[in-house]
Amino acid sequence: MYRYDEFDRAFVEARVAQFADQVRRRQAGELTEEEFKPLRLMNGVYLQLHAYMLRIAIPYGTLSSRQMRTLAHIARTYDRGYGHFTTRQNLQFNWPRLEDIPEVLKELASVEMHAIQTSGNCIRNVTADHFAGAAADEVADPRIYAEIVRQWSSLHPEFSFLPRKFKVAVTGAATDRAAIRTHDIGMEIRRGDDGGLGFRVFVGGGQGRTPMMAHEINPFVAERYLLAYLEAILRVYNRWGRRDNKYKARIKILVHERGIESFRTEVEEEFAALRDGALDLPADERERIAAYFVPPEFETLPVEAGRLSRAIAANREFGDWIERNMHPHRMPGYASVTISLKPVGGVPGDATAEQMEAVADIAERYAFSEIRVSHEQNLVLPHVRKNDLPEIYGRLQEAGLATGNVGLITDIIACPGLDYCALANARSIPIAQQLSERFADPARQREVGDLAIKISGCINACGHHHVGHIGILGVDRKGEEFYQITLGGSPAEDAAIGEIVGKGFSAGEVVDAVETIVDTYVALRQSPDESFLGAYRRVGEAPFKEALYGG
Amino acid sequence: MTMMGTDVLADGVVLWRRGGFVEDRWARIGDEDALPPEGAVIVTLARWQDLRRSDAPGAWEVGVALAAGDDVREIAADLPRLALITLDFPKFTDGRSYSAARLLRERYGFAGELRATGEVLLDQIPFMRRCGFDSFAISHEPTRRALADGRLTDVPIYLQPVSERGEVPVGTRPWLRHRA
Repeated sequence: MYRYDEFDRAFVEARVAQFADQVRRRQAGELTEEEFKPLRLMNGVYLQLHAYMLRIAIPYGTLSSRQMRTLAHIARTYDRGYGHFTTRQNLQFNWPRLEDIPEVLKELASVEMHAIQTSGNCIRNVTADHFAGAAADEVADPRIYAEIVRQWSSLHPEFSFLPRKFKVAVTGAATDRAAIRTHDIGMEIRRGDDGGLGFRVFVGGGQGRTPMMAHEINPFVAERYLLAYLEAILRVYNRWGRRDNKYKARIKILVHERGIESFRTEVEEEFAALRDGALDLPADERERIAAYFVPPEFETLPVEAGRLSRAIAANREFGDWIERNMHPHRMPGYASVTISLKPVGGVPGDATAEQMEAVADIAERYAFSEIRVSHEQNLVLPHVRKNDLPEIYGRLQEAGLATGNVGLITDIIACPGLDYCALANARSIPIAQQLSERFADPARQREVGDLAIKISGCINACGHHHVGHIGILGVDRKGEEFYQITLGGSPAEDAAIGEIVGKGFSAGEVVDAVETIVDTYVALRQSPDESFLGAYRRVGEAPFKEALYGG
Repeated sequence: MTMMGTDVLADGVVLWRRGGFVEDRWARIGDEDALPPEGAVIVTLARWQDLRRSDAPGAWEVGVALAAGDDVREIAADLPRLALITLDFPKFTDGRSYSAARLLRERYGFAGELRATGEVLLDQIPFMRRCGFDSFAISHEPTRRALADGRLTDVPIYLQPVSERGEVPVGTRPWLRHRA
């Protein structure tokens, strides 16, 4: 994984010192809250309902065991013993004191971590496919490029006061595991006609109150022009993006109002002036950074994993866990495995300090000390021997982390909602908890099959409800929490925005409503192989409307 | 603290460049105001477009004040005739003038004085300098006080190649710079 050199270290240390000074000036009254706000946001510090919140960057979702242990230490020392993994592969601490934050940032810097640009109207922490470097279908490792973009975007002097936040995602395969079509810029690595690496670039996707799928702006930007092309897009956006209304300030609105053709023309003009300059990415430098992501030393293993097969045969529960949580690896005898942070009745994405340490230990013992955070708010061990999975499962059981529900109805994405967030209109977490309890029976979950429920506590859509197969949006109706349901969304390569099925439900009704939808699907599907999304696309909303609201 | 008889901490706007506070020799002329017979004048883009068209050769040194939404392409051809351009930050969170500054310096080769006006605050000055600004009209009292005390915190390792002359490449990454 990426290691800091002397310059990276000097950069983060200077940044910590700078922020410590900004905190001091805020406390001395030299900075008003209005002036301090964009500064603290650029260091991931929010002011929430009850306390400050610190959002820590986990670039492209990659963590080492050592880093995970430091996060556990911070949770225990400066917070209330837990942290929350987010849909942008970050970690949030909900209860730090402002005066402790410079100290927390120092602890992070000691393990090459930071909170730079996890918030604010700047280029946010870059996300990537959580199976990067491991997946069988990968063209190239997206982390190399996510790292290069991370560097280029850090304290970019031109792009630190954009009209609005800006999110970039990179996926290394045609199967989109990074939801690139819902990002401001999304990139899919592909090979060009000459066999060279490059990117299919999408622009103008986003969720929030005006959800839009991104447009393809260029089918192939050669690798060497990565930064010049991004700088061209960002410059056009910074100059002409709307600043009169924060709800119309994302790049998606600029692209929509100008039209993708006109936007593309202006970007290409800017790109023509920027290419072949200092932003060019020389092949030898790409190689140098790629060397940081060199795969671990895999053993030569047989394809057949006998111990794993025998353990599956002997233990039904283990077999179910393997079926849902294991993912194919490009090396024979290896697999990637997802550690679900969605136990029945739990808070999606939360992990205690003890659980973080358990995962760090397991990764160190069995997985080359490497851990990933997925945008589905789960953790991943990207490289494990298949024959070690029985032991790994046992260790995860001891830590309360052996839930075998990846991709099932209880693998719910939820934002923090009104329990924490100053923007929320309604609570998300209790709805997620009640749903996971309602569908707790593993046999029933397996019978329902692949089904993604995503819950947002307000229209900002941090819980990605627009792209949930079933999306739930919390709204405020005359002081009461209400929930609107959307159907048919997807964040993947078949991306779609869900459609509102009808009038909303109260907190007391919404779980029953979801159950009605699920039962309706199970009754009308052509076979157990027809997924919820497949069935919805075949029959449309009518049968679900009928079941929910009657004729 | 005083600078040539002016209290830099008093109300009003003072001018700062790398090295300290300086006297502003430029007069800002409103669109309705008469031009002085000679001297260094700052006019709006509209006024400049009128002046440019008039045949009478002026005896002025001319600077142009661009608003944050103005398109720098409109004065690209005039740059050899301009000694100063001001770019405005109507709010410190409005970042359009950072792009305008880099275009003026890097695309169009403007070599005169580039001045930041409006809400110019301490923590944004390092970004502004990197984009090519070399003078700063500052009205914010805590910012003036911090500059007077020599407190300007920068992160002196940079991860973007910009044309700022005070920065030099370092290491092998082509985009890495540090302060010379």
